[in-house]
Amino acid sequence: MREKVPALLATADGTVFRGNSVGGPGVASGEAVFNTSMTGYQEILTDPSYAGQIVVMTYPHIGNYGVVEFDAQSSGPAVSGFIMRSLSRRESSWRSEGSLADYLLRHDVVAVSEVDTRRLTRHIRDRGAMPIAMGSDVSETELIDIAADTPTMAGQDLASSVTTREPYRLDAEGDAQGLVVAIDLGLKREILRNLTGRGFEVVVVPAATDAETILGMSPSGVFVSNGPGDPEPLTATTKSLRDLLGQRPLFGICLGHQVLGLAVGASTFKLPFGHHGGNHPVRRLDDNRVYITTQNHGFAVDLWSLSDDDQPDRGELVGRNLLPEVVETPFGRMRPSHQNLNDGTLEGMVLEEIPAFSVQYHPEGAPGPSDAGGLFDDFVRLMDEAG
Amino acid sequence: MPPRRDIRSILVIGSGPIVIGQGCEFDYSGTQAAKALMAEGYRVILVNSNPATIMTDPEFADATYIEPITPEVVAEVIARERPDALLPTLGGQTALNVSTELARSGILERYGVEMIGAGLQAITKAEDRGKFKETMETVGLEVPRAGYAKSMAEALNIAKDVGYPVMVRPSFILGGRGTGIADTEEELLDIAKDGLATSPVGKILVEESVLGWKEYELEIMRDGVGNAVIVCSIENFDPMGVHTGDSITVAPIQTLSDREYQEMRVDGIKVLQAIGVETGGSNVQFAVDPETGRRLVIEMNPRVSRSSALASKATGFPIAKLAALLAVGYALDEVTNDITGATPASFEPALDYVVVKVPRFDFAKFPSAPTRLGTSMRSVGEAMAIGRTFPEALQKALRSLENGRAGLNADALEDRVISLDHDELAEAVKVPTPDRVFAMGEALRRGWTVDDVAHLSKVDPWFVDQMSEIVEVREELETSTDVAVLLEAKRYGFSDRQIAHLWDREEIDVRKLRSSVGIVRTFKTVDTCAAEFEALTPYMYGTFEEESEVRPSEKPRVLVLGSGPNRIGQGIEFDYCCVHASFALRDAGYETVMINCNPETVSTDYDTSDRLYFEPLTTEDVLAVIDVEKPDAVIVQLGGQTPLNLAEELADAGVVIAGTSPASIALAEDREQFAEICRNLGLKQPPAGSATSAAEADDVVDQIGLPVMVRPSFVLGGRKMKVIYSSEELGTYVREIYGEGDPEVVSNPILIDRFLESAVEIDVDAVFDGHELLVGGVMEHVEEAGIHSGDSSCVTPPPTLSDEASKEILRATRELAAALAVQGLINIQFAVKGDDVYVLEVNPRGSRTVPFISKAKGIPLARIAARVMMGSRIEELRSEGLIPEERGGSEFVAVKEAVLPWDRFPEEDSVLGPEMKSTGEVMGIGSDVGVAYGKALLGAGHVLADRGRVFLSFADRDKPMGLAVAQAFTLLGFDLVATKGTARFLHHHAIEAEAVNKIGEGHRDIGERLENGEVQLVVNTPRGGRARSDGSKIRQSARRHAVPCVTTIQGGLAVARSLRAGPGAINRPRSLQEWHRGR
Repeated sequence: MREKVPALLATADGTVFRGNSVGGPGVASGEAVFNTSMTGYQEILTDPSYAGQIVVMTYPHIGNYGVVEFDAQSSGPAVSGFIMRSLSRRESSWRSEGSLADYLLRHDVVAVSEVDTRRLTRHIRDRGAMPIAMGSDVSETELIDIAADTPTMAGQDLASSVTTREPYRLDAEGDAQGLVVAIDLGLKREILRNLTGRGFEVVVVPAATDAETILGMSPSGVFVSNGPGDPEPLTATTKSLRDLLGQRPLFGICLGHQVLGLAVGASTFKLPFGHHGGNHPVRRLDDNRVYITTQNHGFAVDLWSLSDDDQPDRGELVGRNLLPEVVETPFGRMRPSHQNLNDGTLEGMVLEEIPAFSVQYHPEGAPGPSDAGGLFDDFVRLMDEAG
Repeated sequence: MPPRRDIRSILVIGSGPIVIGQGCEFDYSGTQAAKALMAEGYRVILVNSNPATIMTDPEFADATYIEPITPEVVAEVIARERPDALLPTLGGQTALNVSTELARSGILERYGVEMIGAGLQAITKAEDRGKFKETMETVGLEVPRAGYAKSMAEALNIAKDVGYPVMVRPSFILGGRGTGIADTEEELLDIAKDGLATSPVGKILVEESVLGWKEYELEIMRDGVGNAVIVCSIENFDPMGVHTGDSITVAPIQTLSDREYQEMRVDGIKVLQAIGVETGGSNVQFAVDPETGRRLVIEMNPRVSRSSALASKATGFPIAKLAALLAVGYALDEVTNDITGATPASFEPALDYVVVKVPRFDFAKFPSAPTRLGTSMRSVGEAMAIGRTFPEALQKALRSLENGRAGLNADALEDRVISLDHDELAEAVKVPTPDRVFAMGEALRRGWTVDDVAHLSKVDPWFVDQMSEIVEVREELETSTDVAVLLEAKRYGFSDRQIAHLWDREEIDVRKLRSSVGIVRTFKTVDTCAAEFEALTPYMYGTFEEESEVRPSEKPRVLVLGSGPNRIGQGIEFDYCCVHASFALRDAGYETVMINCNPETVSTDYDTSDRLYFEPLTTEDVLAVIDVEKPDAVIVQLGGQTPLNLAEELADAGVVIAGTSPASIALAEDREQFAEICRNLGLKQPPAGSATSAAEADDVVDQIGLPVMVRPSFVLGGRKMKVIYSSEELGTYVREIYGEGDPEVVSNPILIDRFLESAVEIDVDAVFDGHELLVGGVMEHVEEAGIHSGDSSCVTPPPTLSDEASKEILRATRELAAALAVQGLINIQFAVKGDDVYVLEVNPRGSRTVPFISKAKGIPLARIAARVMMGSRIEELRSEGLIPEERGGSEFVAVKEAVLPWDRFPEEDSVLGPEMKSTGEVMGIGSDVGVAYGKALLGAGHVLADRGRVFLSFADRDKPMGLAVAQAFTLLGFDLVATKGTARFLHHHAIEAEAVNKIGEGHRDIGERLENGEVQLVVNTPRGGRARSDGSKIRQSARRHAVPCVTTIQGGLAVARSLRAGPGAINRPRSLQEWHRGR
């Protein structure tokens, strides 16, 4: 028979799955999340937002077009483990610089292929995101114990483990029109490209950088990045944002959006199994246009926490009424700007009296559609207006 | 936005008969659309000439016009019905072209009809290659370098600029007809001439060739507010150069990185915006240079297409229904995704499986045609398969084709590629043909590298490597019978039949072994969202994984086996029957389960049955579904030959077959036993015998007399059937058959039947419940016996049948149904000569004519049959109201006419015979035969001139009957020209015809006259030998110059009759509902 290294996977609730080990040695554990993107495995592997998580790819064939350094979203794989149905042993693309199989081995990513990923996905969907442990040369009971001992994402400050230790600077493409300070909670390279590509010099700073330091750089605007895990433990970043709001234009994506929510006094909550994929419909509320978006988050902002009204029940299809019209914050009125059409959750918000806005989804795509790339232009406009 | 209420009635145009390039996918789309619009409260008016469609069932529209889809007729429909809007995007190219003409000629404006979905401007921009190119360039999208020619000189100049090889595409054509690739100036001259002639506007595009590039398609939906989603992405396994309809295609795209895919996605949406598609589904094709990633837009269809049907079935996203709803003003986010029931339709389906479509060809029917695939589509159908991986889906798709293959080689037919020598194999890998994929598999088995095979075939190395994994698993199977290897093989899509072949065991033994070690199928759901949300609609496929998602159910269940890929002889008619069975049994309280693998059909819509299994129709795959569904009964008699072939093995496995038993079906096909039954019932059959040598054949003929109908006993579907008029011909035929040296042939006799010359052929469709016979209808063929019933036009009620013969036919039908213990449908073919009635053939199952007769008589025959098969009595169904009240003699005549694919096979002689060659059919309804036949002819695309010259050439045996034809055309005011022999004969009977030379026989021959447009109609009846080849040249010449050509005397008479009816009566439409009410 062709060489195979059998591997086992076990979830915290004691369910066992089988596959073959195709990556690094050892046992990996972390919260299992599934991603429904059909392309973009390398971007997903290297997205720091997945720190502490084991990603299950629902699309069966992974590795088809190889890997390209340009597509990586950080210096290397960020996931705790990777689960697939079928890892391609041969890639084919004029862009490819190597195979995914080699990449996983080289970076010691614990990876398992030939898993009934649909079964695992349904398991997570029905019972909620849960820790999983996997590896070869390890027994089922050991794995179940490891999984059961693995902490869930709630309450974990994972951003501080992936943020840059020192600030660094990136040049603008062409003549610099200004400077953006990007607070790195697990920043994706594609976001930086969107900023530098629009003529901004970017200084990337650690998650806990205070407002004074940031304002000392005289930025045109401040960007708060995506990142892994629960926003609540990020008290330092939350504090910085509070101090920055109203001082400089501010734009947040994903975890950055959630931290902004906390900064204006809203609470956040954990979704049953999160949104991870490239096909999530989001409605822009001011004109009802629908965008197909990339998403990768397990937590969401609860705007009702700032409202005196109760959240209504969901009808047949998601309605505008599932979000409050407008809420009052210490920084003035804030209104929801975007809504997820699958479950009605908040996808974006705008402070009406100060230049600050954020979105839960990823307008930079990578992987996924770039339909909503115009949001970076909105940020540029805010910075221009603020002068 | 709420749906538009300023529109109350909508005209939907169908696609007409099934032809190559335009199959039954438009029945699926039209049916979905009509259903959705009616549910929204709109009045739906439908025009389609194809009676075998579900959409033309009277309950799917408020007014159903089974009428020719011509601008004149549709204009009349508009004048009568005054629709507020016209939806042109759901009936393929036919509907789009007719709508364009109606808009251009001002008819729509005159009656205040608004085109919804796509307007005239958008259609023109998409369809006219020059305008398309211009539009793309204005939004910064690259198209192949090209120029646009109206003459040969222009074509040559452009080719010089863009460089050879060049691709030639005529404007306004469907299915790629008339397109081709020229490597040299000489080749260009040929192809350009053809293209200029094919294009209705005499324009061709000469463009840079992208042969061998990667080919992709996006299925995009757009709503009125500008939201757009990609429903499905498709990658062609066969690179550019093979028409996408003839390519193996895969969904989703496999070999593009996210960055490239997202760029293509943005481009695709830009294309729709630039063309100005207001709402609905469109298909955009791209070519990508594998070396550089350079991406070109190739074309777009501003309408639902064949690819949309595939995309719909591949993802579970109901494209046609959405297209209809968006056209009346809904936005994508206002429509629920039926499958989840909880999320909006404004999303992009996420697949967690791989879909492979493989085209089905019927080149065996057209032996003169080269099998090299090109840019003109020639496949007649397709099979789709779903697997968790590409290897699994590919193997499932290949065994779904029903051409004897069990997967990617490892079967009895792999000798075809194993026997090739090195050079032959290299050629077979290089040249795209229907068998190339098998040659690639063989090359990999021989140890050729993935790179070699990819380089030769230009198929992407990723696909080739996946195939090489299949080959490696095969090698493991050859050396091991380990359980682990067996499981691996099943996960790579190997069928039990392949494994049995490699292990040299019986298929059933493999199945037993599997079940003893617990390697059984799991069924997964197609849910549009990769399991992110719970699916409500059970649409399943089989695979080998850890978890199965089938939920048990307590209700009584019936499994309906569908008809598999379309092919000549088995098309949409059988899907129609299966769909009706499912509807009828659902209504009667059963849960219905459908298995089929044809993505073009209504039966594979996820809401046709309670559960849909998109699986191959093989014993193994069907038994696996039966194991989990445990149906009370299985219906095998409605899906044509495909499910019938499984009946015996299913019965052997203990499955309950509904209705007529497989034994009865087999009995009807057993010559000797069936002859015995006929003798006992006192029914006549043509005298017959069989022979295994020329001498024996002569003896048989001495006894029964000439002419005879001969056929080898081992072939199905009329292959190699022939009418023989002389003993020399017989000798040649026997030598030909046995000369092939095939041991199977030599050990089987040739069957010889007396051919009843000038007999009238009659078809009867009826339902028998064991007690009562319900006759659906009696049809009389226009062509005499000897022409395959599928190719013959027929009329109901029968115009020339005597009362005596009628009575005998009814008696015979009842007694044969009883003798064969029929419970359900029975179809009988009779030949009638005078008052003598001969039984030709009995099929105790659903036939091709069921939909036609159902529409002609207003009786839902397939529904009634399904109920009877499950034990209901006809009496009971009558009281239920399923069978309409008995009425007096019908006041209208219905004609069915066959549509033949000669334009795709220019090398073939267009003569009709015992072997079926038609791809589809149309129906004409009128107050008399002339009008009905005229409508049928028009619907089939035959535009008849009402004055001018008729060319006559009759075989000697036809000359007496030919007089009537000559007289009829003389009376109509036509001038007659004829071959010398025929002219002499006519002169002898006081009819004057100008004698002309046969082709190549001298000055101003008939070929030249046809070319000069001097002849408007050809009536040429063929017979064997030299006469046939002369006739063949004439028929080919007529076809080349688009002159209608009739090959039978009866056909000629019918044409004359329809000309007598006149265009006024033929163009006057009347809805099916009115016809049925009017009785």
